[in-house]
Amino acid sequence: MNASELLMQLLLEQGVDIVFGYPGGAVLDIYDALYKYGDRIRHVITAHEQGAAHAADGYARVTGKPGVVLATSGPGATNLVTGIAAAYMDSVPMVAITGNVGTGLIGRDSFQEVYIAGITLPITKHNFTLRGAQELVPTIRAAFRIAQEGRKGPVLVDIPRDVSAATDSPTPLVDTPLLRPNEPAGSSGTPAGEGGLVRAAAEALNAARRPLIFFGGGVQSADAGKALRALCAKGDIPAAHTLMALGVLRWDDPYNLGLSGMHGRVSANKAIAQADVLLIVGARLSDRIAPGFARFAPKAFKIHVDIDPAELGKNVPADIAIEGDAVAVLARLLPLIEAKARPEWREQIAQWQGQDYQPENDDSVLRPHQVMRAISELAGENAIYTTDVGQHQLWAAQYLRHAKPRSFLTSGGLGAMGYGYGAAIGAAFAASPAGAAWRPAIHITGDGSFHMNMNEACTAVSYGLPVISINLNNRALGMVRQWQDSSFEGRHSATEPVRHTDYLKLAGGFGLRGFRCADLESFKEAFRKALDLKAPAWIECLIGREEKVRHGF
Amino acid sequence: MPRKVLSVLVDNRAGVLARITSLFGRRGFNIDSLSVAATDNPALSRITIVTSGDNAENGVCELGQIMRQTEKLLETRAVFLVEPSAGVLRELLLVKVAADESTRAHLREIALIYKAKIIDLSPGSMIFELTGEPEKIDAYLDMLRDYPILELCRTGITALGRGALGYSLKEGQLG
Repeated sequence: MNASELLMQLLLEQGVDIVFGYPGGAVLDIYDALYKYGDRIRHVITAHEQGAAHAADGYARVTGKPGVVLATSGPGATNLVTGIAAAYMDSVPMVAITGNVGTGLIGRDSFQEVYIAGITLPITKHNFTLRGAQELVPTIRAAFRIAQEGRKGPVLVDIPRDVSAATDSPTPLVDTPLLRPNEPAGSSGTPAGEGGLVRAAAEALNAARRPLIFFGGGVQSADAGKALRALCAKGDIPAAHTLMALGVLRWDDPYNLGLSGMHGRVSANKAIAQADVLLIVGARLSDRIAPGFARFAPKAFKIHVDIDPAELGKNVPADIAIEGDAVAVLARLLPLIEAKARPEWREQIAQWQGQDYQPENDDSVLRPHQVMRAISELAGENAIYTTDVGQHQLWAAQYLRHAKPRSFLTSGGLGAMGYGYGAAIGAAFAASPAGAAWRPAIHITGDGSFHMNMNEACTAVSYGLPVISINLNNRALGMVRQWQDSSFEGRHSATEPVRHTDYLKLAGGFGLRGFRCADLESFKEAFRKALDLKAPAWIECLIGREEKVRHGF
Repeated sequence: MPRKVLSVLVDNRAGVLARITSLFGRRGFNIDSLSVAATDNPALSRITIVTSGDNAENGVCELGQIMRQTEKLLETRAVFLVEPSAGVLRELLLVKVAADESTRAHLREIALIYKAKIIDLSPGSMIFELTGEPEKIDAYLDMLRDYPILELCRTGITALGRGALGYSLKEGQLG
């Protein structure tokens, strides 16, 4: 056995059965081991390492398990950087394995050498450079533990060429027996919040006249939706959320006030502004939610719950700060919450909701909100959505009918254009394990974002993945263009690139089905066909250039 | 935020210092001075950081923020704030001054008053060594203002809290 084969055994031990990656010189030994372990660990080759990193991220968001990505040294490693940063900003568990030149060549500016541990220092929870094969067992175990423990995130392990090629003699690689597959060492317990603080939080919520829950991606990644819903129901407390928490509560749940913040609903933002007690769970209160930290929920007594103590009071001061896992803290809070109705507060919110913006329908063209609603209607509640970044992302957030957790994958923190195709590929692998019902993977994109990583079409074709890319084409970089309209007197600097991309021809060139539509009925027809195909497809939707994303304030 | 002295115990491993300084830079905290060395336990290093950040606009405790972020790093064992009133702060100065027969006696007199040591005497220069609180070193340098300083080196502050508390690696806490 050599170290690369040992690495395969360690991956199996950690429950890994799929690795996204791209081969190269520094990972030849690891790829040789993958070849031998091909019956147990599936390797998925993408067009570009960035796509592999986003695929591992998408896989992790759907399954809750760490996604694994593998790349060679130098450019292979640097191509992962955007994908790792996206996972870091959205607290997605990921283990990135990179090859490096042999230890004797490190630091000599060797061919395809890069100091990836240094480059990824601020975008990983932690990273490791192996100096010898004896470090492999403890390091891989630590990497998986760290990626999943507490606030989740990416961990990078850099393996020099000679380390991955090391053999069992003269020094044995393993001094302790390996665990059985899928039986990783137990993790340390998750904190459930300090009892006194939880009681104080319950008292504040019980005494509140206008209580509100505000929840974020932490609730999504802790799978705390049920615990949250129970709290809403018992205390008659409505809840608003961030982009990262879409799908935790159903779109039509009466307690769900929907998306808040810069591009959220005005009614949800009003509720936050008027709340007297705000329970914040698993949200880091970024500038998209609280433009002007001091003006966020100014009337509210704030209870902030987060697994990461550094988030408590980071941007907005908390009156009660509780470090703990969302499920555990909500479970402790629930019995302390008085069952009561708050008809006045609910009625006030309903009145604000009545004033929310309602876009007008026009079936003769393609209006973004109608496209989104048609997608939800036809794809059903089982679908998994991924987006790129820009107007289409926010229309998808605002108008899709989000029904399930872990089913809306978007680069919320980093805001990485080009995230969606790779993520959809990872999601497609995660979504339909053997025996389970098929879940359509829908990639919603725009012509700007699509141009960044559309090359992953070849991956979808290679593996016959039924990923449907819906490209809202307004022939502009619409989000930035919209800012230019509102803040730069309509000077459209570089946001109307002149391109003559023929998406139908391109789709044919990649070997997938392409559709183009310019009105609602033809879109529905194309989408139905694409869903029936159960094969990769592109649908180009010609939309108006002047379509805008509504502001929430 | 006024200047604060943080004492950070970390695993004595390659790359740890880079993680700490990268974190401070990324979060907008300036490092005014830094001193690092292994402790009595060779598995641990002590990093003493003098830091100042921008004033908090929203009443959030910035110092608490950088301390918690530092605590999150995997190789961090403990982070303490050393308050000047409850700790001892020291700095070491080495200063080389051009000196000839006419100035040597004056320089020696100043050194005597400040309890600085003469650690090198060459035909054209003298090197003094002084340990003390940063203010004392500032004051001493102020006295040397009129003399031609050739080279100067300050270590930055190193600090310990007063009293019988110490860090136990085994228990992972002060005890």
